[in-house]
Amino acid sequence: MNVTIVDYNSGNISSVINSFKEVAKEKIKIEVSSDLDKIKSSDKIVLPGQGSFKSCVDALNSIDGLFDTLNEFTIINKKPLLGICVGFQMFADVGYEETETQGLGWISGEVSKIDNQNGKFKLPHIGWNELNIVKTSQIFRDIKNKSHMYFVHSYEFIPKDKNVISATTDYSSSIVCSVEKENIFGTQFHPEKSDKEGLKIIDNFLNL
Amino acid sequence: MLKSRIIPCLDVKNGRVVKGINFVDLKDAGDPVEQAKIYSDGGADEICFLDITASNENRETIYDVVERTSKKCFVPLTVGGGVRSVEDINKLLNCGADKVSINTAAVENPRVIEESSKKFGSQCIVVAIDAKKKNDKWEIFTHGGRNNSGINALEFAKKMENSGAGELLVTSMDRDGTQVGYDNELMSNITALVNIPVIASGGVGNLDHLVDGIKLGNASAVLAASIFHYGKHSVKEAKEYLDSKGIPVRI
Repeated sequence: MNVTIVDYNSGNISSVINSFKEVAKEKIKIEVSSDLDKIKSSDKIVLPGQGSFKSCVDALNSIDGLFDTLNEFTIINKKPLLGICVGFQMFADVGYEETETQGLGWISGEVSKIDNQNGKFKLPHIGWNELNIVKTSQIFRDIKNKSHMYFVHSYEFIPKDKNVISATTDYSSSIVCSVEKENIFGTQFHPEKSDKEGLKIIDNFLNL
Repeated sequence: MLKSRIIPCLDVKNGRVVKGINFVDLKDAGDPVEQAKIYSDGGADEICFLDITASNENRETIYDVVERTSKKCFVPLTVGGGVRSVEDINKLLNCGADKVSINTAAVENPRVIEESSKKFGSQCIVVAIDAKKKNDKWEIFTHGGRNNSGINALEFAKKMENSGAGELLVTSMDRDGTQVGYDNELMSNITALVNIPVIASGGVGNLDHLVDGIKLGNASAVLAASIFHYGKHSVKEAKEYLDSKGIPVRI
C-alpha cells in the first residue's frame, strides 16, 4: 500500500512524516510529495496543514492541478483521505481567518474563530483535551472515549450536517474535533503529537 | 476540559545533556534523545530542550539532537536557546521541532516574531521572557540572563502577543535555580494581561510549587528541570499530585 502525505508548503510537516513512518514501519510505503501522478496512484492521502486557513488554501492553490487532483481522489474515486488541523478545516466551504477564503467544499460548513468568551479562555486552545466520541468512526477503533489528544488552534470547523461529527472536545464551547463522511476523515487535534493514542489513530487510518 | 501541562526541560550543551537524569537504566546518560524518551514515556505533556551551547561551531549539534528526538517522541517538542533568525526557526522546525522558543532575538528584533509567526503560524512561536524584579516592576534580561534590557516585562509580554507569539514562557530570574517556587506574582500579572497561554518557569523545588504555579500563577503549563532530572520526582508522581489537588491533568 502507498500512502502520500501531501507536501504543499503548508508549514512544518516533519512530525506528521515521522509519526506516519513510525506507525507504517516496513509494511506501508509513506511518500511525501505534491506530485500529481504520485497522488493519483496512492491508496490513501494525508492532508496536513499549519498556519492560517488562508495561507494553506493559497499554498494548495499555488500548485497547478493539485485541487482538481485531490478532488478527483476524494470525491470521484472516493479513496480515503485524512485531514489534520488546518488540513481538516479546509474541508469547509469557507474560512474566516485573516479574510474570507473559499475552502475545498467537501463538507459543507464554515471555519470561524473560537468564541473565547471575552478573554475568559486563552487562545490558541493549546494542550491536551478529551475526546467526546459521538459516533463510531473507523479511525477510533480501540480508542476509548475521553482519551486525550493534543490541540493547538484558534479557529473551529462548524459543519452544517451534524451527522458527520465523530467527536467533540469541551473548551469555551463544544468544539468539533473529528469528522467522518464516507471516505473523508479529519481531526482538529494532532494525532502525530498525541502520544500512543494518537499513533493508534494513525494506525487505524493506515489499516482502513 | 483542557488539562494543565507539565513540561520537563533539558539543558543541552554541544549535543549532550547537562544535569542529566539520575536513572540507572540509561545506556547513555548524556544523550538528550534517550532522556526525552523517558519523559515522554512517563507522561510528559511536552518536552523542552534549552540549547546552552556557547560556541557557534557547535551550534549544529542541536539539529541532530532534534532530528533524532522527533523520530522517537510523539509529544510536542519545544526547542530554545540561541535562536536568532527566521532561518534558525525554519531549520529547527524542519528537523522536527514543533515549537521554537525565542528570547534575546525577540527583544532585539521583534520583527522576527512578526515574520516567523506569519510564516510558520503562531502555534510554533514561543517567546521566552526572562524577568527580574526591580523595585515594584519586572525587567527583561537577555543573553541567558546576562544583559538587562530595562524593558518592562508586562509591556513586553503584551507586545509579543500582538506580534503573533502563540505562547509565552516566563522565567523568573530571581527564582531560577533557587528551588523556592515560581514568582507567582509575576506569572499572574502576565496571565491577567495576555490572552495567550503562559508557561511558568524558574524556581521549582517541590511538587507544591507546580500546584502554586497553576493555582496562584494561573499558568497554563508548568516547566521544571531539576526536580525531574535528579530523580526526586517522576512526571507521573507530579501528575498524580496535581490531580490530588484538584488540578485537571492528563493521566
